[in-house]
Amino acid sequence: SEALFGEAEPETKMISMEKAEEAKLKAKYPNLGSKPGGSDFLRKRLQKGKYFDSGDYNMAKATKNKQLPVASVEKTEITGDHIPTPQDLPQRKPSLVASKLAV
Amino acid sequence: MAGTGAGGNDVQWCFSQVKGAIDDDVAEADIISTVEFNHSGELLATGDKGGRVVIFQQETENKCQPLSRSEYNVYSTFQSHEPEFDYLKSLEIEEKINKIRWLPQKNAAQFLLSTNDKTIKLWKISERDKRPEGYNLKEEDGRYRDSTTITTLRVPVFRPMDLMVEASPRRIFANAHTYHINSISVNSDNETYLSADDLRINLWHLEITDRSFNIVDIKPANMEDLTEVITAAEFHPHQCNTFVYSSSKGTIRLCDMRASALCDRHSKLFEEPEDPSNRSFFSEIISSISDVKFSHSGRYMMTRDYLSVKIWDLNMENRPVETYQVHEYLRSKLCSLYENDCIFDKFECCWNGNDSVVMTGSYNNFFRMLDRSQRRDVTLEASRESSKPRQVLKPRRVCAGGKRKKDEISVDSLDFNKKILHTAWHPQENIIAVATTNNLYIFQEKVN
Repeated sequence: SEALFGEAEPETKMISMEKAEEAKLKAKYPNLGSKPGGSDFLRKRLQKGKYFDSGDYNMAKATKNKQLPVASVEKTEITGDHIPTPQDLPQRKPSLVASKLAV
Repeated sequence: MAGTGAGGNDVQWCFSQVKGAIDDDVAEADIISTVEFNHSGELLATGDKGGRVVIFQQETENKCQPLSRSEYNVYSTFQSHEPEFDYLKSLEIEEKINKIRWLPQKNAAQFLLSTNDKTIKLWKISERDKRPEGYNLKEEDGRYRDSTTITTLRVPVFRPMDLMVEASPRRIFANAHTYHINSISVNSDNETYLSADDLRINLWHLEITDRSFNIVDIKPANMEDLTEVITAAEFHPHQCNTFVYSSSKGTIRLCDMRASALCDRHSKLFEEPEDPSNRSFFSEIISSISDVKFSHSGRYMMTRDYLSVKIWDLNMENRPVETYQVHEYLRSKLCSLYENDCIFDKFECCWNGNDSVVMTGSYNNFFRMLDRSQRRDVTLEASRESSKPRQVLKPRRVCAGGKRKKDEISVDSLDFNKKILHTAWHPQENIIAVATTNNLYIFQEKVN
């Protein structure tokens, strides 16, 4: 039955529902630690956005945008003959498009 | 009429406008991440995951149709933040706008603070409606005139031009946060503001970008001892020395900056006691506070945790004075909500102008209006199906189990990808802004 405004389910029912859900979770993931919200979990949260290095980051961005970093091949260049400079590499920064809310 | 008396239920809410694309294929950049009215309610700002800010302005009411409600139209839009990569720490810095806070208006221009995970920016939004014309040395298009052809002198004059709204970054407050910024809050003194990340809170002066004061630091000496993080922080609306911050363990600490420079020791600790034997695996996660907001009066504060909204009297620390269930039917779904990460969704909440009604979002594009004075609540939906002009929103009901009545939707049919995390209420009128994933809905009180 739907919980009414300001009236939670009786506390015993709330806890038994939660414990039933907990049992379901532990059945699926027996290796789950018993202390969620503990320091491992929080530290993982603090690490959000961490990559191994900038190469790792750029590869992740490329995969996300479904673009592979393809340098434009000039017909006059021979592979191995030309050391690329930063200017030769394609910019993978996403183009700045206006928000659709502002249409 | 302006927000007084009429509560969440006597008020009938009508669709007014919807902004954003209709298509279902939502680009990540278009995900709305924050919504905020300014102090007069005339301006409404949104921030998105792509680092863009869009500001809408309320049109002055049509004098021919005094009963027609004014609309919000685009006033200005700009790129506030861009993606960065911290090469030293190999850390991605998203351009997503986490929060926007307006400064009270002091002159013709408008100012707002916008922040991503690491950098806060002060933006000035100003109008230009005239330009100088009649230069002696230049043509109107800017080309220089041949000086030998100039035989007379004239005084350039200002002439009206089409309104241009310009946004420019006036201050950039960078390099003060090791962890991810979750909150900014402008002090009632209009000179300082705070920024809070997972472990620290800093105090800034709006004019000074090269230094900030650390006022809260909960980082343990040994990170393995870490047990809680800061989830939100806000200054008191009138007392410039007071602020609160909430934690992932469901506590709120009130601090007084007069007590000491580093407010690691709270003046008050708000926590609802819980029987330890009643704890489940999920207890701490669902008790994590995702938002804290002072009432306009400054007497109360509201907190939002995963399943409920609580109103606290600042004079009573040991329990909230009111508790409202947002979507209690989710308690029997916690296992799957943990698996799909929804249990970590951070819902915000807001007060209406006279603190009689509070609002918060839920799933399936539902949002809840909780009327404190009338002890009634209603669930409404932001959807394209209910978006005919001035269409009255019909209350929605969720069936938790058992026999589903007509017009009810069962818990298992709820779309957990359609979350309303961000809502805002006009400071004086019954006008609300509700953000779905990539659309902004504006609803207004039905005018008879």
